[in-house]
Amino acid sequence: MKQEYNFSRRFFLKTSSALGALAFIPKGVKAFYEEVKNFIVPKKEQLPLTVSINKKSYAIKADTRTTLLDLLREDLNLTGAKKGCDHGQCGACTVHIDGERALSCLTLAAMVPGKEVTTIEGLANGDKLHPMQEAFIECDGFQCGYCTPGQIMSAVACVKEGHTKSVAEIKEFMSGNLCRCGAYNGIVESIQKVAAK
Amino acid sequence: MRPFLFSKSSAINQALAKKNGTTQYIAGGTNLVDLMKKHIAEPESLVDITSALPAKIEVTAKGIQIGAMVRNTPLANDAIILAKYPLIAKAVLAGASPQIRNMASTGGNLLQRTRCPYFYDVTTPCNKRKAGSGCSAIPGENRMSAIVGYSDQCIAVHPSDLCVALAALDASVKVQDKSGKTQSIAFTDFHRLPGTTPERDNNLPANALIHSIEINENAFAKNCAYVKVRDRDSYAFALVSVAAALNLKDNQIVEARLASGGVAHKPWRWLEAEQYLKGKTANAATFEAAADIAIKDLRAQSHNGFKIPMLKGAIETALQQCLNR
Ligand SMILES: Cc1cc2nc3c(=O)[nH]c(=O)nc-3n(C[C@H](O)[C@H](O)[C@H](O)COP(=O)(O)OP(=O)(O)OC[C@H]3O[C@@H](n4cnc5c(N)ncnc54)[C@H](O)[C@@H]3O)c2cc1C
Ligand code: SF4
Ligand code: FES
Ligand code: FES
Repeated sequence: MKQEYNFSRRFFLKTSSALGALAFIPKGVKAFYEEVKNFIVPKKEQLPLTVSINKKSYAIKADTRTTLLDLLREDLNLTGAKKGCDHGQCGACTVHIDGERALSCLTLAAMVPGKEVTTIEGLANGDKLHPMQEAFIECDGFQCGYCTPGQIMSAVACVKEGHTKSVAEIKEFMSGNLCRCGAYNGIVESIQKVAAK
Repeated sequence: MRPFLFSKSSAINQALAKKNGTTQYIAGGTNLVDLMKKHIAEPESLVDITSALPAKIEVTAKGIQIGAMVRNTPLANDAIILAKYPLIAKAVLAGASPQIRNMASTGGNLLQRTRCPYFYDVTTPCNKRKAGSGCSAIPGENRMSAIVGYSDQCIAVHPSDLCVALAALDASVKVQDKSGKTQSIAFTDFHRLPGTTPERDNNLPANALIHSIEINENAFAKNCAYVKVRDRDSYAFALVSVAAALNLKDNQIVEARLASGGVAHKPWRWLEAEQYLKGKTANAATFEAAADIAIKDLRAQSHNGFKIPMLKGAIETALQQCLNR
């Protein structure tokens, strides 16, 4: 399937530029060409979406293929959530959907309307940082900072879920967030600190 | 991703009416979105079934019914599951990450596809991805592959943890087809062995959907365990896993259940070892003998001979953990 599709697409791109160069194509040929093109190249669908992010409502149009992560970063300029792997394996894109942590890279934007999304940008209260953000600063919960928005969103959920009874439990319930800098000890300390409050 | 049309269904018959060969259902999306990004799944349209299918765990006359849209986290935290079917919770919590478990549905977990590296690499031959193209794992990287029930066309394993527990507990899968007819498939008949048709993972009828999972009451709640051995402590697929459950009467085994993940194309039941355990005294010697029976006919691939002794140890550990000592 895949190879056929690639071939057809390439075929279309080549022929389209060649045909485009010829200015005097009869209308009938053009219409026929449009039909062939529509048959070969799958239709793109733009969906009108109303999404609620950090308690603010946005009405936008997005291609059906848009993930929540791309919607946040590319369309809404909310670049806090990071694209680490784009395949569910690192946790850098973690956000809260209806209060529960989820991976925005595996969530289609089309499935988000009607739900409340919270990103790292929505944690602080005005200029006052969220206690978990403060704890990460105090406990050196990061080095390069790339995984940090995902870590903090996951950490806030971890405390809310009550999975903080031991270091082992914290590690188990934070295992969906990888940190290439290895700031793990600081992250665990941050969580213990907030959980103890 | 290939462009696709998107729609949402709020009722089962509506979702079924929309389904055809080029349409796919989407639930949590944790497997499907990934496969679509890699051009392994290329549906022309998607139907969101998250509001169409049951999302509750209900007590029935015979046991319980788990709706296909029950997500993994609420499944593992459910009071009835924890009291009467704790093996399910143990297996679910051994899988994926908290974020993924919040998203992943029960139905989607059954239908998730293999994690064989060649299945994911579209530049290599793979009979499961493209029938007849060949199997790259047999002569290649196969340390994660099967050690039982495989064929010369595919040696992939089914990656689910939940399914191992469901196989051990003799669950059944309630499916509904396009005509609206429902049918119950025994869990151990739901997934297939690769044989000559590795492109087919399971026996879900064409265009049908999974409605729910049913489990009958059993006497395994008190003595059960799930042991998963993997490359890192958490958030990794199983090298081998074992679901064990014993019905004990004064340290005598009335009945036993033993199933494994990471060993075959489907969750694998060790029936001969279960039969052996029946009527024996629960102790280390019995457990070792049962494990020896389980591993006696296994045949490893070029890079996963380690799985056989690992499995033996995992079976003994799981049975020992059933005793809660
Ligand atoms: C990084 C990572 C690690 C993971 N680790 C583990 C692990 O250790 N153990 C484990 O068990 N799993 C693991 N998983 C897999 C995860 O559990 C599955 O992806 C998940 O259960 C799939 O459920 P879903 O609802 O997201 O399915 P989707 O991705 O929405 O769907 C999967 C397939 O099922 C079909 N489908 C879904 N629901 C139905 C239905 N009711 N009827 C008919 N068809 C349906 C879809 O059409 C699709 O083909 C991991 C996943 C990732 C990304
Ligand atoms: S083992 Fe199966 S999934 Fe893996 S390459 Fe071979 S055919 Fe493909
Ligand atoms: S970017 Fe989503 S998990 Fe890595
Ligand atoms: S701080 Fe650098 S990856 Fe975590």
